[in-house]
Amino acid sequence: MQFEKGVVPKMITANELRKSYGDTVAVDGASFEVFEGEIFGMVGPNGAGKTTIIECLEGLRLPDSGRIRVLGLDPSKDRYELCERIGVQLQSAALPERIKVGEALELFASFYRRSVDWRLLLERMGMGEKSGAFVSELSGGQRQRVFIALALVNDPDLVFMDELTTGLDPQSRRSMWDMVRDVRERGKTVVLTTHFMEEAERLCDRVAVVDQGRVVALDTVGNLISSLGAENRVVFSVDGRPDLAGITAVPGVVRAEQIGDRVIISVRGSGIIGRVTTALEEDGVGFRDLRVEKPTLEDVFLSLTGKEIRE
Amino acid sequence: MRALSKLTLLLAKLYMRDPIAVFFTLLFAPLLVVLLGLVFGNDPDPIFGGRGYLETNLPAYAAIVIGIVGLLIVPINTVSRRKTGALRRFRVTPLRPLTYIAADALVYFVMGVLGIVLLFLVGTVGFGIQPQGSIGEVFLAASVGAFAFLAVGYVLAGIAPTVQVAQVIGNVPLFPMLIFSGATAPLEVMPERVQSVARLFPLTQVVTLMRGIWLGEVWSSHLTETVILVGLCLVGVAVASWLFRWE
Ligand SMILES: Nc1ncnc2c1ncn2[C@@H]1O[C@H](COP(=O)(O)OP(=O)(O)OP(=O)(O)O)[C@@H](O)[C@H]1O
Ligand SMILES: [Mg+2]
Repeated sequence: MQFEKGVVPKMITANELRKSYGDTVAVDGASFEVFEGEIFGMVGPNGAGKTTIIECLEGLRLPDSGRIRVLGLDPSKDRYELCERIGVQLQSAALPERIKVGEALELFASFYRRSVDWRLLLERMGMGEKSGAFVSELSGGQRQRVFIALALVNDPDLVFMDELTTGLDPQSRRSMWDMVRDVRERGKTVVLTTHFMEEAERLCDRVAVVDQGRVVALDTVGNLISSLGAENRVVFSVDGRPDLAGITAVPGVVRAEQIGDRVIISVRGSGIIGRVTTALEEDGVGFRDLRVEKPTLEDVFLSLTGKEIRE
Repeated sequence: MRALSKLTLLLAKLYMRDPIAVFFTLLFAPLLVVLLGLVFGNDPDPIFGGRGYLETNLPAYAAIVIGIVGLLIVPINTVSRRKTGALRRFRVTPLRPLTYIAADALVYFVMGVLGIVLLFLVGTVGFGIQPQGSIGEVFLAASVGAFAFLAVGYVLAGIAPTVQVAQVIGNVPLFPMLIFSGATAPLEVMPERVQSVARLFPLTQVVTLMRGIWLGEVWSSHLTETVILVGLCLVGVAVASWLFRWE
């Protein structure tokens, strides 16, 4: 895609990043680049090192070795300058006790050289009416919006979001996605981590699969899935046990199996779905509820890390 | 500057929303004055060199406020903000650590002074007690004590890994000092043995200094207390800044 051609400026370069906590190796030689204007995702199982990587980029943690440039700055040396220009939503964040939403935004706005009108910002997040509410009395989704608003109050060029939607219900999750897209529409670059493959698929231009402190794959979601060379699956229901031998002979069909009243036909290549249905009709196999399942990022993840993603 | 003033005002607001902190900073000492004033009165007593109980001990109550703010409220609030991650959130902004500490310390200082003003008002209005020394110098003495105990508070905050530990390591020195420093009951009524140990307590320095200046004695006669408190403050600031952690 356009991002790989080198025409778009780099917002982040991380080279051979390493970080250990005592005996635990959290990041073990991670390298990647993030380009201007993209939504860059990191997915990986618990403890893969996503938070550690992102916190090294933010200057919160000092890597043991490796080279980092964020917006052309070294996070360990130019942290105040960097903080002026990035927005951060931490995986676990808090505000002082007994603070109200509007107070928090006004306070954080005063920390920066440049800041946006925080009232408008709250308005845009659908939180306009909550400005006088105590942060401690908000729902999980509302709190998360406050933290996003705090991350945007300085009109940053680059926004980090660590597990933006963990712990939210599906509806709030979707509205967070809209919010992230909106942030990008405003010309910002987003780096996020997630446990939800669907989130990465829907939101991210490029995804880095992180496992055991390493970036084991990095590409667009489409390319990651096709690089897997995985099969599509044609799934349908039947009555009785029809003979599937004819189907297996169709070019492109890898395998056909029946489990209960469901038949799963694994296929590879293009234009195959039509050939399969034609063959089924010719063989007189009465099929119901036919659908095609494509491999997902979940399958990529599973094949790369050998792990199911856990919440 | 804008960050400092905004943060200071906001932290002051948050302080006023904490009922326990408000009670112990602003109300507890004035209430004690009323209570003990009614019990002991202010009749001249040879034990206080012919002066009355309240007249002699009113300034000592300032030490209660100073002790509670420094040894309890500072460490508990600071550790709680550190443990919850509120301080960590500040760290990914351009806010300088020094700005945060300055705002935070200023709020505790002002609240403590406010508590002391209130308790003096109760003594003056309720019991007609007046300082014999200059009131400006009385507050200067209170400030010396307050800064020393704030510094110690940040040291405790730097040591305590959890809020519970902060509570314990604040209360353990505070309680004996409240009882034996002369802050609540005058040191003169204690047995000689107790008195000689109690004279070593940091809070006793505050009590002695406050009382002396209140009664119009000169600073040179309280050089020891002043030097101990200023020293405590300087050492405290050095150790606290060495121990300070955002997370
Ligand atoms: N402060 C710390 N002290 C010691 N070990 C840590 C610390 N932070 C993280 N680790 C360890 O480093 C490894 C990577 O943790 P990290 O939080 O970066 O993973 P993650 O990919 O963000 O996980 P999750 O998806 O659960 O958030 C883990 O083994 C973790 O236990
Ligand atoms: Mg994490």
